[in-house]
Amino acid sequence: MELGLVVREQDGWAVLAVSGEIDIATAPSLRERLHGLLAEDKRQIVVDLDDVGFLDSTALGVLVGVLKRARSEDGEVRIVCTQPRVRKVFEITRLDSAFDLFDSVDEAVRGARE
Amino acid sequence: MGDHIELEVPARPEFLAMVRAIVTLIAETGSKLPSPRIDDLRLAVTEAFANAIDAERRKPDGERRSVVVRCDLEPDFVAVEVHDEGGGFDPAALTPHPDVTKPARLQFERGLGIPLMRELTDQLEFRHEGGGTTVRLVLTSHLRG
Repeated sequence: MELGLVVREQDGWAVLAVSGEIDIATAPSLRERLHGLLAEDKRQIVVDLDDVGFLDSTALGVLVGVLKRARSEDGEVRIVCTQPRVRKVFEITRLDSAFDLFDSVDEAVRGARE
Repeated sequence: MGDHIELEVPARPEFLAMVRAIVTLIAETGSKLPSPRIDDLRLAVTEAFANAIDAERRKPDGERRSVVVRCDLEPDFVAVEVHDEGGGFDPAALTPHPDVTKPARLQFERGLGIPLMRELTDQLEFRHEGGGTTVRLVLTSHLRG
């Protein structure tokens, strides 16, 4: 099973829309795409997880890794996540306080929650 | 006594989505777990099977064994055991992560799986068996806050 990974630009942010299920089989392609964006000097990244039906600890590890690297280069990573079952994984690991979680891409690029 | 279903699955990442789909279907078909608890089971089984794959990956190609996934369906709970022959490990020896409010937390990209399993299950047990580890996950119908 492959992940859908589509990048677009919005207001100076690279928006990566992810679809599918993220686990140890598919996380490497997510990691590669995100680190590819950083290598292209795109350090303001929104990861849109609204079409992700499942996410495990490997996926969180990838997101933590890219957040760490982005912040070390004065960048930022924001997450769009409204699905309760995906949001719950951030909450029970308490990573919802390490990441900025938003309800929409528009909110994420503005950095404001409505 | 309830029903028992056992799967023997190659220890490869491409089978992980299949395992969680089958275990989800088994629990939906043969248990009274409510939907949020089935979601918890789906994630906990994924973490356990991923750890089993990692354990088997540490061995040379020719020595890798399949992972056995056994589901026990009882009236009040579902128990899933995931057994690998990967040599075993000591979960008590794992270093706890710093609090998420501390910058040092971002140094840890791995090691989230076992804390996640602890949060998602009503009972989590690691046993050294044979040449590896059996992880037993027990989930009841009780909704966790």
